[in-house]
Amino acid sequence: MLPESIREELRAIVGEKSCLDKQEALVAYSYDATPMQQALPDVVVMPKSTAEVQQVMRVAARHHIPIVTRGAGSNLCGGTIPVGGGIVLVLSRMNQIVEIDEQNLTITVQPGVRTVDIHQAVEALGLFYPPDPGSMVISTIGGNIALNSGGLRGLKYGTTKDYVLGLEAVLPNGEVIRTGGKLMKDVAGYDLTKLLVGSEGTLAIITEAILKLIPKPQTQRVMLAMFADMAQAARSVSDIIANRIIPGTLEFLDQGTIRVVEDFKQIGLPTDVAAILLIGQDGEPQTVDRDMEQIAAICQKNDAVQIKVATTAEEADEVMTARRSALAALSRMRPTTILEDATVPRAAIAPMVAAIQEITGRYGLQICTFGHAGDGNLHPTCMTDARNTEEIERVEHAFEEIFAAAIDLGGTITGEHGVGIVKAPYLEWKVGAAGMEIMKGIKHAFDPHNLLNPDKMFAKQSRNRVVVQRA
Amino acid sequence: MLKEALVNKLDYDELSNCMRCGFCQPACPTFRETGYEAASPRGRIALMKAVADGVMEPDKDFVDQMNLCLGCRACEPVCPAGVPYGQLIEQTREAIEEVQEHPWWVKAVRKLAFFHLFPHQKRMYQLGGLLRFYQRSGVQKAARKLGVLSILPKQMREMEAIMPEASGKGIVDFFGGTVIPAVGERKYRVGMFHGCIMDVLFNETNRNTVRLLSEAGCEVIVAPDQVCCGALHAHSGEREQARHLARKNVAAFHKADVDIIVSNAGGCGAMLQEYDHLLAEDAERQEKAQWFASRVKDISEVLALIVEPKEWQSLPQRITYQSSCHLRNGMKVTKEPVSLLQAIPGATYVQLREGDRCCGSAGIYNLVQPEMAGSLLDEKMGHVAATQADILVTSNPGCLLQMKAGIHRAGLEGKMEAVHIVDLLARVQQEEKPLSTPK
Repeated sequence: MLPESIREELRAIVGEKSCLDKQEALVAYSYDATPMQQALPDVVVMPKSTAEVQQVMRVAARHHIPIVTRGAGSNLCGGTIPVGGGIVLVLSRMNQIVEIDEQNLTITVQPGVRTVDIHQAVEALGLFYPPDPGSMVISTIGGNIALNSGGLRGLKYGTTKDYVLGLEAVLPNGEVIRTGGKLMKDVAGYDLTKLLVGSEGTLAIITEAILKLIPKPQTQRVMLAMFADMAQAARSVSDIIANRIIPGTLEFLDQGTIRVVEDFKQIGLPTDVAAILLIGQDGEPQTVDRDMEQIAAICQKNDAVQIKVATTAEEADEVMTARRSALAALSRMRPTTILEDATVPRAAIAPMVAAIQEITGRYGLQICTFGHAGDGNLHPTCMTDARNTEEIERVEHAFEEIFAAAIDLGGTITGEHGVGIVKAPYLEWKVGAAGMEIMKGIKHAFDPHNLLNPDKMFAKQSRNRVVVQRA
Repeated sequence: MLKEALVNKLDYDELSNCMRCGFCQPACPTFRETGYEAASPRGRIALMKAVADGVMEPDKDFVDQMNLCLGCRACEPVCPAGVPYGQLIEQTREAIEEVQEHPWWVKAVRKLAFFHLFPHQKRMYQLGGLLRFYQRSGVQKAARKLGVLSILPKQMREMEAIMPEASGKGIVDFFGGTVIPAVGERKYRVGMFHGCIMDVLFNETNRNTVRLLSEAGCEVIVAPDQVCCGALHAHSGEREQARHLARKNVAAFHKADVDIIVSNAGGCGAMLQEYDHLLAEDAERQEKAQWFASRVKDISEVLALIVEPKEWQSLPQRITYQSSCHLRNGMKVTKEPVSLLQAIPGATYVQLREGDRCCGSAGIYNLVQPEMAGSLLDEKMGHVAATQADILVTSNPGCLLQMKAGIHRAGLEGKMEAVHIVDLLARVQQEEKPLSTPK
């Protein structure tokens, strides 16, 4: 419990209505989209300006109160759960698009702007902000930057980190720093912009961002290719890229996912195939047409049993529906859906999927896999029930093995969801002991008193299991 | 104790099905308005679950948050996990109602409305007759002139200003019987659900519904013994009374042995269609409840199936459509009303921006939460004005009244009218063919 005097200080900064400490508010900000994780903060603060953020940070620093910064709370790694109590700093009221600069092709935004609003604002001007995390209709750009979110266009266009040119951020001592700018080139010192992107709110509080824009592609086309054999599908992915074609979209659904999606939507997907690739290309019309033809030929050569190219907008929509329905369809099967995020080099997709299937079978679980084949980012998704603790234990062991398999194949424990609390116990597998040390050193340099998002990324002890904790 | 009541009523399986992804949030009007997590479906479910898990005590803030929900269910179609939020909020409100201590006058009004008025159709007609007297005798004019209405809260005054002309007679009286034969060859035997308020305040819409159906080849049965659908009860936490009404309606329509049960009010239709869930624990009536629920259709669905727009008169006007939440999110009817409107010869259909968003009427929400309802309505009317439509179409009495109030509030009177879809279609239907038992 925070003493009343500190609440009083916070109220004085942000106002009565933006400083919430009723039970209902504490519960409402005790979770994000991560299954089975919850912890109550002491107070919820909703600032409206960088100056307010600074003042709140100073209060926290003076009294050594932990701060967890949060936008929409759509992350899947437990990154915004206030495990140590303290202040939840909600930035969703700092939601202004500050400027769209058509000369420099940049957009300057506050952290609480929804990703989809950025898309709409720039596309109306014929411009394009490619990162499109699956939750973009709710997620805020601040969260995307903090987690370095990915999405369906990662293969061709890269992820959030490739579009952040500059940041304004409040340091744990209350100072404001500005990194980068409307610049394509800048080598003045360490690249603090890149360091803050993906730092999961552990180093500084991002209060403004300058993002790079590109021209909007003229056309977009999509197709579905179905394969009786997983390895053939994977080979097609490698062959497409080896043929110097970088598709805008290259998504993958395994048989389990296909069956569930078809059962759910009845869009005529063949349920006896081993895998479906959803392939899209965007750009100049002629280039898109040529790429689509070549891609179809490659899939055919690899024994695709069926190829469905969308010729109309409705057909394209139907094809996209297959991929978009995957999460919805899977999540309706059992009460708890655990969407994971193992990533491997794209040539290793077939062995990775095989490993997931083998592990799933051995633990007697229901895990289906879909994801971004083009960039090797897979989402093995487990349908389970949090109330069945015996099964949840098996789930945790299975995922542990899945992460280990990804590392063995040269991959990583998370491609786009972040480390947070969920992956913290495995971070060392990926970065090694020396890597951990240097990361902890960076954390200490920014935040010597460990105030910002404590216990995230660096596990305090062993794995944080299914608990509801009161701060 | 509220906590025990909630633990008893809430469907814990469904609470667990919420995966907290937050996809519901952009669809939720109260979240959009406040940006506050607890004012979103995900937040409200988290609060319910926190109570069920023993993490929090249900206090006044909890109750306030549950009451702030419009019950528009816009969150349901966008939920990946298919959580039936509407049922969860009804269960919560039922629990709240069970333990809530209202002031004596609220108790009296609730008891009067929920138990002594809505369920008794005859009394509704009597009240309609009284209202008609008030409207016609000059009392209304005098009251308005004298300013005595100023003692009413603003929302009530706005409602008084747009109150349609009441009727003391229902459709059975108008048609002189409970069976209105089909014109020409009989295609379906349709049970007409006339509603409680609909038959008093929107009697013309009910008459037009019967006429359109009959002329399109339906034998219309106005099942006697039918009562109020119970939606207002269920949304206000009186689920037991809703069940009581549901049992009566199921029996009445089952006896009438109809192919289709038609509703012309989205709010009622959604309730009727969920009778099987409402009576889920009533093993004895389960089969009949399912029989009933599976037959319920909205009037627009039935008309889209059977009418011939070719026979319609030209209506050279701009038309836009505000869908009713429960028709869209409860009954999942979205295409038919629009395709009917688009089929009107000569008319220009203009899509209403965010026409799929709640107008703030939401049963009696606009009376009990005037502030939130008012700001939702103002936003809505901004979009409505932008369409420059001559006719704003809706398909639910509450929405229709709210739209009338909105037109009044936005100063669009004389430029635009709000019309129920049935009344508009009746307008474009070629000259009236004689029904066999007109009166």
